[in-house]
Amino acid sequence: MSWAWLDSLRETIGQPQFTLLFAPAAKFLVAIVVILLIIAYLVFVERRLLGFLQVRLGPNRVGPWGLLQPIADILKLLIKEDTIPNRAVRWAYLLAPCLVVAPAFVIFSVVPFGPSPNAPGAPRWYVTDLDAAIIFVVALASLGIYGIILGGWSSNNKFSLLGGLRSAAQMVSYEVPQGLALVGPLMLAGSMSLVGIVESQAQRGLWFAVPQIVAFFIYFVAGVAETNRNPFDLPEAESELVAGFHTEYSGVRFALFFLGEYANMIVISAIAVTVFLGGWLRPFPSIEALAFLDLIPGAVWFFLKVFAFLFLFIWFRGTFPRFRFDQLMALGWKWLIPLALANLMVTGLLVVLLNGRT
Amino acid sequence: MESYLPIFICTLLTVLILLGLLLASRLLRQRNSPLTDREPYECGNEPETFAHEHRFSVRYYLIAVLFVIFDVETIFLFPWAVLLDRLALFGLIEMFLFLTILIAGYVFVWRREALDWV
Repeated sequence: MSWAWLDSLRETIGQPQFTLLFAPAAKFLVAIVVILLIIAYLVFVERRLLGFLQVRLGPNRVGPWGLLQPIADILKLLIKEDTIPNRAVRWAYLLAPCLVVAPAFVIFSVVPFGPSPNAPGAPRWYVTDLDAAIIFVVALASLGIYGIILGGWSSNNKFSLLGGLRSAAQMVSYEVPQGLALVGPLMLAGSMSLVGIVESQAQRGLWFAVPQIVAFFIYFVAGVAETNRNPFDLPEAESELVAGFHTEYSGVRFALFFLGEYANMIVISAIAVTVFLGGWLRPFPSIEALAFLDLIPGAVWFFLKVFAFLFLFIWFRGTFPRFRFDQLMALGWKWLIPLALANLMVTGLLVVLLNGRT
Repeated sequence: MESYLPIFICTLLTVLILLGLLLASRLLRQRNSPLTDREPYECGNEPETFAHEHRFSVRYYLIAVLFVIFDVETIFLFPWAVLLDRLALFGLIEMFLFLTILIAGYVFVWRREALDWV
C-alpha cells in the first residue's frame, strides 16, 4: 500500500499539528469504533455461546442467525426511559456510568495493536508509546472502581449499596496480586512501555507466558475478578442482590455500565496479550520453520489472541458456579498474594543469578 | 513529555463520545412517565428505611486500608523491576529486605485475622 496520500495530508495540515493532534485523534477514533463494534458483537456472541453451552439456541430471530440483535439491543437501550430514583444523589447518580466507561476507553491509547511498519511514512499501530505505560494502565484501570461504588452508593438502594461495596472490596483486593504479577515480566523486559515489552519478547523469541506462567495465571484470575465476571460476579449476584450496583439504572446509563464491563474485559485481555502472549508476535517466534505465519499481519494475531481470551471469559461464565464472598476474599488475599510474592522473588533471584536477561 | 499529549486528546475525545451517546439518548428516548414509581426498588415492597440510613460492615474499611498499604508497595516494585539488571545484586538484596518487612506485616495481619471475612 502506498502512503503518499498520508504525506500530502501531513503537508497540508503541517507536521507538528499532524503528529501531535490529528494523528492521535484519528487513530484513537478508529480504535474506539473497532472496540465498540467488538463489544456489540461480543454481547451477541456471548448470548449465543451461553445458549449452546446450555443446549439451547440463544437469540436467533433478529436478522439472519440473529446477527442484527446487537443493533436492536442498542436501539432499545437508547429509547428507554432514563429513571432517576427520587432519593438518589443526583450528580453522582448521573456521573457514575460515565466514570466506568471513560478510563477503559482511554487505556486503548497506549495499547500497541501491531508492529512498527517498515514502509516509509506508514502510520504506527498505536496512538502513543508511553515510557511508563504499565503504571498508566494500572492506574486508569483502578479508576473504574469510582464509577461502580458511586453508582451503588448514590442510588440509595440497599441492593445497590451492598453491590457497590462488594464490588469495591473485590476490585481493590484483586488489584494487589494483579500489580504484583506484572512485576515479573517487567524484570524480564527491563521496560515499562508496552511496545518495549513486546519488542523484548520478539528479541528473545519467547512469549513471557512461558517463563512467567505463574504470573500469567495470577494476572488472568485477578483480571476476571476485576471485571466482576463469573465466577467472581458477586457484585451483581442476581439471586441475592437483584442486579447489584446497577439495580436502579435504566436506558442509556445502564447501557454505559454494560459497555464499561465489556470494555474492561477487552482491556484485561489486551494487556494480558501484550505482556504475556507476545502482543502482535506469531506463536513460537523463535522457530524458523513457522516463519510463514508472519504473512498474517501482526494486528490479526493480536486480535486473535484477544478473542481467545474473550472466549475464555464466556466459557467461564457458562461453566463455573459463583464463589461465596469469604471464599473470594480468601482466594485473593491468602492465595494469590503469597503466590505472586513468591513468583516475584524467584524471578528476581534468577534474573540476577543468571546475570542479565537470558 | 510529548508522548503524553495524545493522552489528553484521547481523554477529550472519550468525553465527547460519552456526551454524544447521552445526547442521542436524550433526543430519542421516551419522556419519563408520571406513572413510574420513583421509590428505590425493593422487590415490590414499599421501602420502610433507606440505604443511606444504614451502616455497613467495618470489614470493607479494613480491606481498603490493607489495599492502600499493599498497592503502594506494588508501585515501589515497578521501577525496581525495570532497573534490576543494572542494580544487580545490590538491588536484589535491597528489595528482599523491603519485601521481608512487608511480608512480616502481611503475616501479622494474617495472624490477627484481618484477612478473614466474618
